[in-house]
Amino acid sequence: MLLKKHWWKIVAVLLLYYTIFAGFLFEVPRMAILNESIRNLHFHVTMWFGMMILLIASLINSIRYLGSDEFATDKLAEETAKVAMLFGVLGLLTGMVWAKFTWGAWWVNDVQLNGAAATMLVYAAYFILRGSIDDPSKKARVAAVYSIFAFALMIVFIVVLPRMSDSLHPGRGGNPGFSSYDLDKNLRLVFYPAIIGWTLLGTWIVSIRLRIRSILEKLDV
Amino acid sequence: MKKDISKFTYLTIWMVISLVTTAAAQSTEVEMADVMRSNGKIYVVVTVAAIVLTGIFVYLIRLERKVSAIEKKLSEKSEK
Repeated sequence: MLLKKHWWKIVAVLLLYYTIFAGFLFEVPRMAILNESIRNLHFHVTMWFGMMILLIASLINSIRYLGSDEFATDKLAEETAKVAMLFGVLGLLTGMVWAKFTWGAWWVNDVQLNGAAATMLVYAAYFILRGSIDDPSKKARVAAVYSIFAFALMIVFIVVLPRMSDSLHPGRGGNPGFSSYDLDKNLRLVFYPAIIGWTLLGTWIVSIRLRIRSILEKLDV
Repeated sequence: MKKDISKFTYLTIWMVISLVTTAAAQSTEVEMADVMRSNGKIYVVVTVAAIVLTGIFVYLIRLERKVSAIEKKLSEKSEK
């Protein structure tokens, strides 16, 4: 019963412990400038992957709301977007620290960085938009439409544009991607489980937020 | 006479140096919690990160239990 309901949280816990142990201790490619900081792959890059997966969930639920008018899907869309932004902020902060010690500055004028910051602003506007409409069904409908627009912008800002111009990030503008390193199998061994672990942790927070929300709604009625 | 003094100083300097180096050698020999010090103390970082993670997990579980308790209270209240 307990296992049936909470198994995915146990998976999240185990994967994240594995991320820390394997992420710090496994052999990694020895590279100049990056040095041991290549291990940030499991802690910084996974924030962005977690954010994107949560935003995909938000997009799907926005579309589901437009098709069904179910408020549950609208709530899910909003809460996943909120936790996705938590990951985004953590991704920006961890990226700043990493940039300082590999590129030499807290912030460099790089398409990927500015795109990520712009994505944060686009989703900040999503929450402001929600807050500015009182009528619940109108709010949900407008927010769902904007959410599709915001998701498209996010893809343009952090996936498309950085690949079209020069970026300091690996795999962009002639820089080798992580996949081209010969020891990348070791990185992948931790990187993919880490993405799943962080995303499940985010899902866990979403589920708690949703429950608190429904409690507050019950109190109002 | 002057030469003797310098010999004496050399001797003292040598004695001090040898004392210091043996003391240093001894202090490096005495090592405790060796696992935590090996590999550039990376295990210490792993432990610290694991503690942070454990803190977050414990916090989330407690938060969830709190929410469950409030949900239960609410449903009991609405039944009355």
